[in-house]
Amino acid sequence: MGIEETKKESELEAEVRLELRQSASGFQTGFIRGTDLFGYVGIEAVLDQMRRKTMKAGFEFNIMVVGQSGLGKSTLVNTLFKSKVSRKSCTPDYEEQISKTVKLHAVSHVIEEKGVKMKLTVIDTPGFGDQINNENCWEPIVNYVNEQYEKYLREELNINRKRRIPDSRVHCCIYFLPATGHRLRPIDLEFMKRLGKIVSIVPVIAKADTLTVEERQEFKERIRKDLTSNEIRVYPQREHDEDPEERLLNDRIRESIPFAVVGTDKEHQVNGNKVLGRKTKWGIIEVENVAHCEFANLRDLLIRSHLQDLKDVTHNIHYETYRVRRLNESNMNFSELVLTSWPLKNGTDTCETESQL
Amino acid sequence: MSKKHNSGQFTNPETPGYVGFANLPNQVHRKSVKKGFEFTLMVVGESGLGKSTLINSLFLTDLYPERVIPGAAEKIERTVQIEASTVEIEERGVKLRLTVVDTPGYGDAINNFIANVSFYNRVHCCFYFISPLGHGLKPLDVQFMKAIHNKVNVVPVIAKADTLTLRERERLKRRILDEIDEHGIKIYHLPDAESDEDEDFKEQTRILKASIPFAVVGSNQQIEAKGKKVRGRLYPWGVVEVENPEHNDFLKLRTMLITHMQDLQEVTQDLHYENFRSDRLKRGGRLSSHGYLRRMQEMIAKMQAQMQNQGEGDGQHV
Repeated sequence: MGIEETKKESELEAEVRLELRQSASGFQTGFIRGTDLFGYVGIEAVLDQMRRKTMKAGFEFNIMVVGQSGLGKSTLVNTLFKSKVSRKSCTPDYEEQISKTVKLHAVSHVIEEKGVKMKLTVIDTPGFGDQINNENCWEPIVNYVNEQYEKYLREELNINRKRRIPDSRVHCCIYFLPATGHRLRPIDLEFMKRLGKIVSIVPVIAKADTLTVEERQEFKERIRKDLTSNEIRVYPQREHDEDPEERLLNDRIRESIPFAVVGTDKEHQVNGNKVLGRKTKWGIIEVENVAHCEFANLRDLLIRSHLQDLKDVTHNIHYETYRVRRLNESNMNFSELVLTSWPLKNGTDTCETESQL
Repeated sequence: MSKKHNSGQFTNPETPGYVGFANLPNQVHRKSVKKGFEFTLMVVGESGLGKSTLINSLFLTDLYPERVIPGAAEKIERTVQIEASTVEIEERGVKLRLTVVDTPGYGDAINNFIANVSFYNRVHCCFYFISPLGHGLKPLDVQFMKAIHNKVNVVPVIAKADTLTLRERERLKRRILDEIDEHGIKIYHLPDAESDEDEDFKEQTRILKASIPFAVVGSNQQIEAKGKKVRGRLYPWGVVEVENPEHNDFLKLRTMLITHMQDLQEVTQDLHYENFRSDRLKRGGRLSSHGYLRRMQEMIAKMQAQMQNQGEGDGQHV
């Protein structure tokens, strides 16, 4: 029995490694010698094929927003995706009252742009940091993130698993910092320390229209120093940079985080153009104007340049870490694992196809 | 003896029927000018709400010249501290001895349980800073204000108000007032203007009362705006002027404080006496036979004697 088991083990290990290689962006050609082509073959056509397939299938993106009430989380998400996707806009009886415990709410929408469909799920965390005693308020969030990994793992290990495993894992967690201008607070440190190990955290300075440009720079520097001295890893992490080009790009991002953002869904006329902005007695704060705030930088990072990377990092690094830990825990006994009574939050062992609550 | 300080308003005591206490206001005034006023102001609120900046702006001084902002790691170790800074400000010969009681660390911890709130000295007024970011009062705000509203005058202030549009500001003010009502929090109420005051003053009082809680912005930096130098904050999208009533309620807060400084002190004294009284009654002692009332009576008798002598008394410490 022992030899059979070890054979199964090494087979599975090989399978895992193969999977890893295939899912990594860019082919690992380290062990193959490069050859020049003496004519056009048409390999590049694979890009078109991939594109068409993705467009047909669409893709999923799950984003979590964490922060005290009143920091503009819902508004920012709506502004990012230019549609009413936050819980605030979707729940009919939404109340702006401070909830007594931390509850997680997920809302999914399918949004489409130029034929590309995205199933966007926004996970809200009302009640975080709002109480007088906020001890352990991060626990429900840690549990949720791990549960999604567990769901995915279960499906993966299923004998008759689905072709496309539904992905409810949190690809990105936006952490909202209040624009105090001082330093990171104890609750910020605690949260980012714990969650930074299991999910990609993107910290942002919320409602940044209360900081002058100087104050903003000083605040960001202090935050970056606090993050380093506490060994907190936020996205994009240095260790995950794959090549020097990426490192250069990500270094520039790392030097300017956290982004100081302002969100709104109101439009005003400025110089004959309609702009998204906040109108005050002393001027109009243009949300998409990089001279005013860094919303455009955040949007570019999250959507236009690093969306796929966020998903890849979640799958290849955070999920893998979870997977290894779990599999080690049950000593590589797969059949046992599937039948293990690790009850999911909804009380059943079956996976749900959608993460809506 | 005080004849040297005469300003020509001294009436000859030989005049028949003249008692002389009409001169009392002058004496009090003179005494006050010489001695100066004393005022203790407490500021409470989470870090980063601009409390220090606002105090410095209000009194055009730098109360905290060498401030070091502690990092979160240090904050974890600390409990809420009470720190007092005193400064003497003089304007046109009138001295103000201002003590500002600060509560660094308030609201910063992960667990902000309030055990006991007691004051180490007589506080005339407490500015409670409310964050403009929420949708109203936070649980901590409610709990704290209820813990102190029977001991001190509470003036709620919306901090960093330049993060709000006009509509958001109005909505927040209404929300806060509703919640104050809902939770039974007693805030300081400006006394109505007396009927013999002039219209301008009455109007001013009406406007002040309607603007509570004041939404303020503080700054000590001079910015160039529209050709003149103003105190304000410079943003890429415009300049927020601290002393512009259209931009924020800073001037209103300052006016309220200055015009009602005396009332704040009197109310504090009344509050203090009321608390003393109820405390004594609770303890079961009879009020009249104890030192406090006797001392009060002695003081009154002394004052009357002094008035008759037209000399300087110990002065009424207002």
